[in-house]
Amino acid sequence: MPRAKPILLLEDDIVDASTITQTVEDLKVKNELIHRTDGELGLEYLKDPSHKKPGLILLDLNMPKVNGIEFLRAIKSDRELRKIPVVVLTVSKYEKDKFDTFGLGVAGYVVKPVDYDTFLESMNTVIQYWMWNDLVDQERQERKVENAKL
Amino acid sequence: MRSLKPILLIEDDDVDAMTVKRALKELKVTNRLVHKTNGEEGLNHLNNANGKNPCVILLDLNMPKMGGIEFLRITKADEELRKIPVIVLTTSRSEQDKVESFDLSVAGYIVKPTDYTKFVDAIKTVDLYWTLSELPTNGG
Repeated sequence: MPRAKPILLLEDDIVDASTITQTVEDLKVKNELIHRTDGELGLEYLKDPSHKKPGLILLDLNMPKVNGIEFLRAIKSDRELRKIPVVVLTVSKYEKDKFDTFGLGVAGYVVKPVDYDTFLESMNTVIQYWMWNDLVDQERQERKVENAKL
Repeated sequence: MRSLKPILLIEDDDVDAMTVKRALKELKVTNRLVHKTNGEEGLNHLNNANGKNPCVILLDLNMPKMGGIEFLRITKADEELRKIPVIVLTTSRSEQDKVESFDLSVAGYIVKPTDYTKFVDAIKTVDLYWTLSELPTNGG
């Protein structure tokens, strides 16, 4: 597979962001995780030509300045940025949020679980799915490492 | 799948369609599978579904009459149909097909493995992901 593109995480909550970072680490995801704390900073990152374009965006909805829906509207009206799949990661179970985000072409809508184990399991499902899409790469559990532990 | 609505499979190859059916059965996915053999048939089905839209669409790309990309152009221009997640299931590794599909907001692009066990793994991952992911009740 070609060199893995980074994953862009847009999340204003520090605890949620560090939980997501931890799951990605625990799942041995090779892609670099880039974290920005709101939609405006996310757009700034994406519009800077010196930055590597992400292969996948993990998007929170309730954020200050530019929220998730506004961020989606902005990238989906951009000829290049619209090609990046966006997975919503939110606490919102509002029907309107699901309706609006799928209307804006999101590629998944995951409600953030509260406890870590369930969070890890959910993120594993997300990572496995995007691995089949060739957008996420995971380090293989090597026998050598396993043996070294024994 | 999270939703109880049917899965719409648009696939012209009989063997591939049978493989999808077999894999879903093996994985105990209980959603009804509606199978159409090209984009035009798929579109007719969606236009006559009277609000009973599928939860997800599994879409092949290379098909007669109306291919997958043209099907995507039409459904993604429709306010209601665009909300249904479309997962491309294809043998095409062409970068252009992938870029065009994501440009049309597909919710996944999976290259069909030729090996049956791996194929079941792929479908299992798709099923798990779309069981985790919520869907809009009205549009989906």
